[in-house]
Amino acid sequence: MTELIEVHGVSKAFGGVIANNDISLVVPEGRITGLIGPNGSGKTTLFNSIVGYHPIDGGSITFEGQEISDMRVQQIARLGLLRTFQQTRIYSKMNCVENMLISVPHRHETYSTLFRKYGPDVTEKAEHLLEFVGLYQKRHLISGDLSFGQQKLLEFAMALMNAPRDLLLDEPTAGINPTLINGLIDRLRRATAEMGITLFVIEHNMPVIMGLADNIYCLANGRVLAHGLPDEIQNDERVINAYLGAH
Amino acid sequence: MNITKGQVLLYGGILTAAIAAPLVFPNYTFQFTVLWVMILLALTWDVLGGQMGYNSLGNIFFFGAGMYVCTIVQIGLYYDVAAYTSAYGAVKVEFTAEQYFTGLTLGLIAAALASVVFAVVFGWVVFGLRGPYFAIGTLGVALSAGELAGAWEYIGGGGGIALPTYPGEPDERSLFFYILCSLLAVATFFTLKKVYSGRFGLAINAIRDDEEKAEGMGIHTKRYKTIGWSISAFFLGISGGLFGNMIGFIEPLEVAFPTVTFGIFMVVMCLLGGKGTLWGPVVGATLFHAFKEITWTYMLGWQWVALGTLIIVLVVFFQQGIVGWVQEKWPERFGISVDDRVVAVSKPEVRANPESHEAAQ
Repeated sequence: MTELIEVHGVSKAFGGVIANNDISLVVPEGRITGLIGPNGSGKTTLFNSIVGYHPIDGGSITFEGQEISDMRVQQIARLGLLRTFQQTRIYSKMNCVENMLISVPHRHETYSTLFRKYGPDVTEKAEHLLEFVGLYQKRHLISGDLSFGQQKLLEFAMALMNAPRDLLLDEPTAGINPTLINGLIDRLRRATAEMGITLFVIEHNMPVIMGLADNIYCLANGRVLAHGLPDEIQNDERVINAYLGAH
Repeated sequence: MNITKGQVLLYGGILTAAIAAPLVFPNYTFQFTVLWVMILLALTWDVLGGQMGYNSLGNIFFFGAGMYVCTIVQIGLYYDVAAYTSAYGAVKVEFTAEQYFTGLTLGLIAAALASVVFAVVFGWVVFGLRGPYFAIGTLGVALSAGELAGAWEYIGGGGGIALPTYPGEPDERSLFFYILCSLLAVATFFTLKKVYSGRFGLAINAIRDDEEKAEGMGIHTKRYKTIGWSISAFFLGISGGLFGNMIGFIEPLEVAFPTVTFGIFMVVMCLLGGKGTLWGPVVGATLFHAFKEITWTYMLGWQWVALGTLIIVLVVFFQQGIVGWVQEKWPERFGISVDDRVVAVSKPEVRANPESHEAAQ
């Protein structure tokens, strides 16, 4: 088992607020790693730091052994490290197929390919992934007209289209109705098992993350509070206290 | 490529009208030429303003820059530019037919290339700005370019430059510029149609809808933005060169960098026709030009009031424009509909199935 992402001693402050304080964790390849913690514990900040959304104040972040903490968002994305957003972000005036097509990996894009059309194989892959998330019938609709849950599924499909090595998901089940959640969990597992995509998931829904993740980190007040298997985390006194607001 | 009957009728109709217009109404050839220039201005504005979501108020800069570069090349090939501009009015300068056409050809090429270089250089600066700041930043570029040109004596300063006179009859001259401007506008249209249909079109649409997301997905946003602006600048530069020659005399504020007229018109035309659509700028420019000519002829003194009213009505009540409205009204005609099939039919072994290629169009 190799570590795909290694975060070492990362700190990030906004003004006087220390959002991340000396955080170290690893995301093993081919697994699903969970990240939980109360609101404001620094989960999304950590995601933003990893994908290069803002510079970090200290520490190091490596992806496949390569230091990425000084790279920009696009460079990191092209390496195959992608994230989805808590507030779903799609290209809302384009239809679903177009959203998928422009999400192809941009690793090997050169000036000569900028004006090319996509071949039928790319369209085919896009349609199969849309089918995978259950949006095939609506693929020609303008994506901004879809429901929030469907937009979330589309964003997930777009991420898969990019064929990343690692995908950071920020609350994938938030706003999705309970019956769809099971389907989504199943798809997340298949993304890892069948497509070989390592997942790193922020999730507030405890049953979901306990059932999904292979191991879980819990943040509180910008620090790593606990790390372990789902069972261990579930019964950890400190985690329970953090969630119940004991400190 | 599938060409439908509707497309044949549409393109055939436009071609017929384009050829017939100057022959049937020879007195209006100049107006028709300006219409083609307007279509070109609207089309090139829409690359950034409509398709990419970057509202530029300074695109007119490339028009003026192209005009000056073309003029300087035309004159500079055969005379000393400084002597030519300072002697204007005192000496009558003649260009032979060969000098004229050589100068015009090389001038237009230089105008196109220089405009692209300007787009890359200014893009490097202004693409750091977003939203209203981009609009104001680009406006600043256009305004200061006008002022700079006005203060630069070498290129005639505020007094302007007279261009070489066309070696031929006036009627032949207006037909000559009509043909060039119409061909250029048509070339612009088909170039944009082509680039919009590939990944370039999708990428700039993605930047319009959510640039941060596009960056997060690894799209080379800066590259696409710069190229988008360069395409606009390329055609705007040539059109500026042609327009200057057609007018015969250029000066900085009214002809080369008319920020408050052409610079605003190109935005209004796109809003009217429907920004972010291929045909919107064409429809908008045609209707706007008609509107403008009618109000300038029959409502003289009130024409700016009429124009202002049009802008307010468009911005408040009709943001999607004509083509955008049609698209909203009949979405299924634009392929925006639910497909009843639940699963993707296209497996590799049934590739020949024509249904599977629908979305590739």
